[in-house]
Amino acid sequence: MQLINHQNIQKRSGGRVLLNKVFKVLFFLSTTVGLIFLSMLLYRVLTQGTGHLNWDFITNFPAPYPDKAGIFAGLIGSLMLMAIVAPITIIIGVGTAIYLEEYARKNRFTNFIQANIQNLAGVPSIVFGLLGLTFFVYLFQMGYTLIAGGLTMSLLVLPVIVVAAQEALRAVPNDVKEASYGMGASKWQTVLRVVLPAALPGILTGTILSLSRAIGETAPLIIVGAATAIYSIPDSLLSKYTVMPIQIYNWTGRPQEEWQLVAAAGIIVLLTVLLLMNAIAVWIRNKFQNRY
Amino acid sequence: MTITTQENVNIKPDTKGGQNNKEGKKAKHVFEVSDLNLWYGSKQALYEVNMKVPENQVTAIIGPSGCGKSTYLKTLNRMVEMVPSVKTSGSIKYKGKEIFSESFGVEDLRTKVGMVFQKPNPFPKSIYDNVAYGPRIHGIKKKAQLDQIVEKSLRGAAIWDEVKDRLNEKAFGLSGGQQQRICIARALAIEPDVILMDEPTSALDPISTAKVEELVQELKKEYSIIIVTHNMQQAARISDKTAFFLNGDMIEFTDTDELFSNPSDKRTEDYITGRFG
Ligand SMILES: Nc1ncnc2c1ncn2[C@@H]1O[C@H](COP(=O)(O)OP(=O)(O)OP(=O)(O)O)[C@@H](O)[C@H]1O
Ligand SMILES: [Mg+2]
Repeated sequence: MQLINHQNIQKRSGGRVLLNKVFKVLFFLSTTVGLIFLSMLLYRVLTQGTGHLNWDFITNFPAPYPDKAGIFAGLIGSLMLMAIVAPITIIIGVGTAIYLEEYARKNRFTNFIQANIQNLAGVPSIVFGLLGLTFFVYLFQMGYTLIAGGLTMSLLVLPVIVVAAQEALRAVPNDVKEASYGMGASKWQTVLRVVLPAALPGILTGTILSLSRAIGETAPLIIVGAATAIYSIPDSLLSKYTVMPIQIYNWTGRPQEEWQLVAAAGIIVLLTVLLLMNAIAVWIRNKFQNRY
Repeated sequence: MTITTQENVNIKPDTKGGQNNKEGKKAKHVFEVSDLNLWYGSKQALYEVNMKVPENQVTAIIGPSGCGKSTYLKTLNRMVEMVPSVKTSGSIKYKGKEIFSESFGVEDLRTKVGMVFQKPNPFPKSIYDNVAYGPRIHGIKKKAQLDQIVEKSLRGAAIWDEVKDRLNEKAFGLSGGQQQRICIARALAIEPDVILMDEPTSALDPISTAKVEELVQELKKEYSIIIVTHNMQQAARISDKTAFFLNGDMIEFTDTDELFSNPSDKRTEDYITGRFG
């Protein structure tokens, strides 16, 4: 008895191949939409901004005249903010991820924590700004300082890093962990010597990508009182500060046409820093990737 | 290769046993398993298993897929407990010491009872670091000592000549059969007493398989080996004793040539003559 009618299959195969082509075109179009908007954006920013972009723009503080204004305070502020956020979030984030993935028993309670971390990763950034205002600025009386901004940003980035690190840890195959336990290694030895080295590239890429999102955030920092115009760079954790996106936002809010061009130049600097960070992430991924 | 014949396992002299056992000459068994039951959640996977595993011999475990061979093997070094739902009852004594007792840490047990897995699973590290892993986690740091251990272990696993010039290359660059022998070397590096092998040749080609089988023969001089295999010819070739498992029961456990030539249970006979499984 023949259960498969090969003639019918033949007849239908033309349709299947056609459908495949249709979807291929559709998927290609969706990709193009994104590309078109991205290139329009880049084109606009580049044509407007390159005129103002020079070394002075990078090393100057804000000024009342468009051709004297520079992004130095914002650039240094952003970098210093990241210098606070990166170590805090990496240590706490990776620690949390290791606990949840390797140590915690899989029960209702850890599921609950897990779900909440994922939810936190989706909470609007402005809510973290309010949290930072309540806790760091008022309750701990840090005021409108660099450290208050850094801690607020850390809260914002932390859930994303935890999730990214968990994924990287989960990607380490079970059989190499078993090999380690099978030789009498303790859990900590296994984590330190087998799991972390294997997961590190993934953890670092995830971290850098979430930091590069944070470097473009404006709303929470405005709430915790980052300055808009500042004429010195922070010299301590308790200094006033500003960051690039706030500086850019400030310029775009001015009525004169000329300032829009300054803002565009600022956007170019911001994008360059972002691209650099992403490039580092890609480089780490390619360089240290483990083959399994 | 001929089948090794052991006239009487009980009078076979120990090559190294005895000295570290209080009861002196009673050291002829590395494991004494009594009334072992095991459950994955509510599903029972092992029923009342009793077995005395002889020292310095090769013990094979055969049986159809899903009968509990891997489960049993992993119980002997308590790796099975990595599955959170696992529950056990009964007793397993390793050289007279209860392995389920609080005072016997799993880390200590696994230092004595090493394991080689079905799929070669080297670490994403160099060949050297793979083999040095065990000694390092047990606190050996001196380069000279590690060098010696690595060489001895690789020689022991019959792979030294193939890799001695590329110790710093990643182990992934080796063939599957070479990787498996690296994994055996890695297990040897902490000088265990027992080596558990779960179908160590199932992912290997016939030539690599022959090499590993030869190696097992060599290793039993110094180690007690328990090997799970799907391949009955392999069990017949390399083991001294064979246990036949079926649906979580240990049906028969006796000298290998006895089991294959004159099985006492009908179900063993059906299995080894290929009537099922
Ligand atoms: N992690 C687990 N959770 C639940 N049940 C399991 C688990 N591992 C194994 N089992 C069950 O326990 C029984 C024995 O499995 P085991 O892996 O020990 O069989 P096996 O004899 O090694 O088989 P194979 O020859 O296919 O490797 C099977 O019924 C299997 O479904
Ligand atoms: Mg198995």
